Amino acid sequence: MAINLHAMRAIYRFEMARTWRTPLQSIVSPVISTSLYFIVFGAAIGSRMQAIDGVAYGSFIVPGLIMLSLLTQSIANASFAIYFPKFTGTIYELLSAPVAWWEAVIAYVGAAATKSIFLGLIILLTATAFVPLRVEHPLWMLLFLFLTAMTFSLFGFIIGIWADGFEKLQVIPLLVVTPLTFLGGSFYSIDMLPGIWRTVALFNPVVYLISGFRWSFFGVSEVGIVVSLGMTLIFLAACIATVGWIFRTGYRLKT
Amino acid sequence: MLAAHGGAVASVPRFPYIVAMSIIRVSNLSKTYASGFSALKSVDLEIRRGEIFALLGPNGAGKTTLISIICGLVNPTSGSVLADGHDIIKEYRAARARIGLVPQELTTDAFETVWATVSFSRGLFGLPRNPAHVERVLKDLSLWDKRDNRIMTLSGGMKRRVLIAKALAHEPQILFLDEPTAGVDVELRQDMWKLVRRLRDDGVTIILTTHYIEEAEEMADRIGVISKGEIILVEDKAELMRKLGKKQLSLSLQEPLAAVPEGLAAYDLALAAEGEELVYTYDTKAERTGITALLQDLATAGIRFRDLRTSQSSLEDIFVSLVRERH
Repeated sequence: MAINLHAMRAIYRFEMARTWRTPLQSIVSPVISTSLYFIVFGAAIGSRMQAIDGVAYGSFIVPGLIMLSLLTQSIANASFAIYFPKFTGTIYELLSAPVAWWEAVIAYVGAAATKSIFLGLIILLTATAFVPLRVEHPLWMLLFLFLTAMTFSLFGFIIGIWADGFEKLQVIPLLVVTPLTFLGGSFYSIDMLPGIWRTVALFNPVVYLISGFRWSFFGVSEVGIVVSLGMTLIFLAACIATVGWIFRTGYRLKT
Repeated sequence: MLAAHGGAVASVPRFPYIVAMSIIRVSNLSKTYASGFSALKSVDLEIRRGEIFALLGPNGAGKTTLISIICGLVNPTSGSVLADGHDIIKEYRAARARIGLVPQELTTDAFETVWATVSFSRGLFGLPRNPAHVERVLKDLSLWDKRDNRIMTLSGGMKRRVLIAKALAHEPQILFLDEPTAGVDVELRQDMWKLVRRLRDDGVTIILTTHYIEEAEEMADRIGVISKGEIILVEDKAELMRKLGKKQLSLSLQEPLAAVPEGLAAYDLALAAEGEELVYTYDTKAERTGITALLQDLATAGIRFRDLRTSQSSLEDIFVSLVRERH
């Protein structure tokens, strides 16, 4: 067999089944927390804010909020998916199966990404209940949704392999990803930052994701759409290379 | 096993040494862990097609490391392994598709149902769905009634069966059982032995590790002894059992003795537990064990006992004698 499609299907189904078993945690809780953001930032505070680049503040934060959930959920889903079998020991079966590393990665990451894309779309729907929305470039919107979900699911997968305890599993999302997302322009345009801080912000990869994603909604962005796409692809490529290295060396999976 | 099904192959005479070509060939296999611990030292081993092979050794001897390398869980430091002619690293897909592994630890997906987890295993090993096969495996393992139960609701023995079912889901030719009866009750142990024999009759080659001599004795066609990362002996079971030899009968006396009575000097007797126990050492493979005569002579000598037990040479003893024999 050149490709073990049965294995990929089995892993993917297994992971998706895990989601439907815990709908409260997987679907309901992100929707509720996003709704809270809309109520606080969109309705309460947003009504007193100026429009940014001609977009009402409540609408302006929608792409950022979706990205915030997309990033955190992709990482959480994928890191847990591979960390938990390592923790319980059931990973033995994957390691002993006739499965190529990239097949396992596609299946695990594919499942994690599917969940977060699904979630992103749910949040988008939820948002329409709170604020007026338009999506100027729907295909680009879906492309960014897909690329971001894949990239950060891969990133989460790497964290899940690297982590050897529940604390490490949490540390990167909490100490790195959440700050980068908040500082990456979820709730403001980086053009609002004073000179030097705007330059600093450009080192934050999340800025490019949010900027590109927001452009697909409103046609306005802080950095060029090509730059956004390029940076996303670079990060994706870096994650793929790292995962490849992990499986070729057996890092943290085999002794 | 082919001959049993009749047809053209039935007429082929069964020359055991021609039929028994090796299905696993381990050559010069070494493993040194990052800590510097050398778990396997240039191991050579051949497993014959269709046999039950018991790998015997104390904890830490390298049994699990050897199995883990063959199954792909551990990277070898050097050396090679062929499984049914396929290199386990270069042709890992072909090699692994033939191998089923039942790990030592009860590692299961607690929230999955029995049916789902066994079906998952089959897919993972690259086979299309086959509910009939999964059903057969579950029935063979008395798991059919539990098929819709979540694994976490099962007892330890049932979980062990689930792990075996998972390993059999892809119809492997080679089955590894790592300490299959560790912490398993007598009934399940008997069932397990029955199952292993049935699998062997179906043509599956079985490699099991154990540190119970009795288990190897009960199950295996051949036995390999591993100690400190080296295979120190591989032998037909019958031959090895002859060598393993000695058994002891311990009699708890009602009245302690100061010395072994002269009238019993002909027996290999010793006193233990400050004279409260009389220990008789005998050869199980000898024509006569001498137990009947001894008991009669004890009665004649007026020595009465409260209790008795027999014990076999421990694996440690056997290792000591094997290693001594070797050097």
